Amino acid sequence: MSTLTIAKGINNGLRRSMERDDKVILMGEDIGKLGGVFRVTDGLQKDFGEDRVIDTPLAESGIIGTAVGLALRGYRPVCEMQFDGFVYPAFDQIVSQVAKMRARSLGAVKLPIVIRIPVGGGIGAVEHHSESNEAYFAHTAGLRVVACANPEDAYWMIQQAIETDDPVVFYEPKRRYWDKGEVDEDGAPRLGLYDARVAREGEHVTLATYGPMVRVALEAAQAAAEEGKSIEVVDLRSLSPLDMDTLAASVEKTGRLVVTHEASTFLGMGAEVAAEITQRCFYHLEAPVLRVGGYNLPYPPSKLEEDFLPDLDRVLDGVDRALAY
Amino acid sequence: MSDIDVASSAGAEGTEHIDEAAVAALTAPVPETIGDGGPELVQLLTPEGERVDHPDYSAYVADLDADDLRGFYRDLVLVRRVDAEATALQRQGELGIWASLLGQEAAQVGSGRALRPQDYAFPTYREHGVAWCRGVNPLNLLGLFRGVNHGGWDPDEKNFHLYTIVIGAQTLHATGYAMGIQRDGAVGTGDADRDAAVVAYFGDGATSQGDVNEAFVYAAVNNAPVVFFCQNNQWAISEPNDRQTRIPLYQRARGFGFPGVRVDGNDVLAVYAVTKAAMDAARSGQGPMLIEAFTYRMGAHTTSDDPTKYRVSAEVEVWKHRDPIARLKAYLTAHAMADTEFFDAVDREADELAATVREGCLSMPDPEPLSMFDHIYVEKHPVVEAERAEFAAYHASFEGGH
Ligand SMILES: Cc1ncc(C[n+]2csc(CCOP(=O)(O)OP(=O)(O)O)c2C)c(N)n1
Repeated sequence: MSTLTIAKGINNGLRRSMERDDKVILMGEDIGKLGGVFRVTDGLQKDFGEDRVIDTPLAESGIIGTAVGLALRGYRPVCEMQFDGFVYPAFDQIVSQVAKMRARSLGAVKLPIVIRIPVGGGIGAVEHHSESNEAYFAHTAGLRVVACANPEDAYWMIQQAIETDDPVVFYEPKRRYWDKGEVDEDGAPRLGLYDARVAREGEHVTLATYGPMVRVALEAAQAAAEEGKSIEVVDLRSLSPLDMDTLAASVEKTGRLVVTHEASTFLGMGAEVAAEITQRCFYHLEAPVLRVGGYNLPYPPSKLEEDFLPDLDRVLDGVDRALAY
Repeated sequence: MSDIDVASSAGAEGTEHIDEAAVAALTAPVPETIGDGGPELVQLLTPEGERVDHPDYSAYVADLDADDLRGFYRDLVLVRRVDAEATALQRQGELGIWASLLGQEAAQVGSGRALRPQDYAFPTYREHGVAWCRGVNPLNLLGLFRGVNHGGWDPDEKNFHLYTIVIGAQTLHATGYAMGIQRDGAVGTGDADRDAAVVAYFGDGATSQGDVNEAFVYAAVNNAPVVFFCQNNQWAISEPNDRQTRIPLYQRARGFGFPGVRVDGNDVLAVYAVTKAAMDAARSGQGPMLIEAFTYRMGAHTTSDDPTKYRVSAEVEVWKHRDPIARLKAYLTAHAMADTEFFDAVDREADELAATVREGCLSMPDPEPLSMFDHIYVEKHPVVEAERAEFAAYHASFEGGH
């Protein structure tokens, strides 16, 4: 067992994947000597060389577009987008090319590309550094989208994503990069890459979330427990595909579901979850599925982000509303 | 034709026509980071502060008098001081982050002073010196970095657009704006108060972006009145020039079909002359131009960055000797255009300005929470209105409950 931060968990996971398979290469801006602006790739260029840890030109479309070519040639590129707000220049390559090439080739080609994106707000940054853009990618068929939320998942999920032959958008909760946790680095992953996880068991309400909001949800559950309310927290982990079985089982048990995420609620992940659970669990539901998310606004200046992001109180408020039915 | 035929015929022809020098030039390593800009560098003032002539550009500074030069000096010192104060404010937790212009003052003041009021500037996020020349209150710049707004000034007030953080995006906006000027017939009329042009600022790293390359294409085929002003400060966060290019950046312009020039970015006179020439040409209908101001980022990329992880201090030392302020001071002194009294007065003014900026920053109010629902759309939007009401009720219940 080792105690790692999420950033270090990903770093060690990348290292393991690179040791295991010399086709794994890392690409991105400032990922070499600097080790990335969040130091997630720290030390990897020193150990694996400039050919495997590539400081790319400052061009995101170029990063993903060339990764496509490298993947076609048998490599397994792991691309870093420096911040969530800088993936948009690469959007066309991701949704028009990466997502569709397998279908276009009738299965002849595979694109084992991982696109790492530090996601979300709460770090007091200027604009374009706090976006939650998972719905764009989850909406695009041909991509898989996952979000890690703790060091153990950071360590294992990045390795699983790299091993996957399909393109994976891999979200890293940037305001949690320095959260610590125990990781059994020599063991085996406890869950598959696309499994949801019951992060805390409870009886009265299911609280479903992912990424940076998992910690908020767990804290909310803790606070609610002190008032005698028992919340089950489900960390979705995979946003596309969604592990509906795990979530439905939880909702069938509790009868209530609140979905929370940082992204705007309108057409966000919560909408998909709510629709699907309403169909599957209609007769088990004691209350409508509720959403607690960011507002439908451009991410505000940092002095207002605490008002924008769902916090403990807003999540608990959602839970209370669900319980009030 | 078989593969062998192709290979042998190409080989035979190739050997006759190979221009060894051209091949060597193409395959030579890129100019190293500590370069001096090479022989094409336009310079009017040496690092020692000696005036030198340039066949094409001396004319553009010929009418500057001692007053003008003292004005340049004052600008350089004031923007450096504002920058230093902002850096200090960041260290004290008053700004979330700051992107320092230290070392790039001449590139910004020289180009900023070459603009006319009706020209339009599209900055990135480091153009505090250009903003100063356009008359934008430095406090406006601080709001973004303090996190109270995303810019928040009216770009049309001073013809200085909002800061742009997504690298390179503004070069296309600048080009489109220039196309608008062209359609409005405000190019080539010969009326100095009417003819206008646009200047787009960006860094060396930005030249790798698709947007910047597309801007070059649009500007070229439309012969748009836009001057692309690249501040090559040698680094894009941790990546040196050789991660972005194999040829000097100004030479890129040629491939797009317009001229490029490299100027000593630490020489305020040369930058002024080159920018004035380019803007004059653009206003008169001669189309775009790329200026590469060869300069150096003396500090960190931003206050969040640690340059010791990727660059050596010897490099910084080399550039210290090219300081834009020191060289103008030396020139003014040597030619008795300014004395200690003048320099002291400028320093005092800089301190006063810094104090004003500090005070303004500290007294900048936090935005009202409900204000985040403002200005999202021009027309009333039911979703925003509903969420505003929901948020207001939630907030009110909270305040009542506590
Ligand atoms: C599209 C995009 N990708 C990445 C970033 C992150 N980033 C901010 S500044 C910067 C380096 C910019 O270098 P350069 O263009 O040379 O300008 P400089 O800051 O040196 O003036 C990077 C990579 C960004 N802002 N936008």
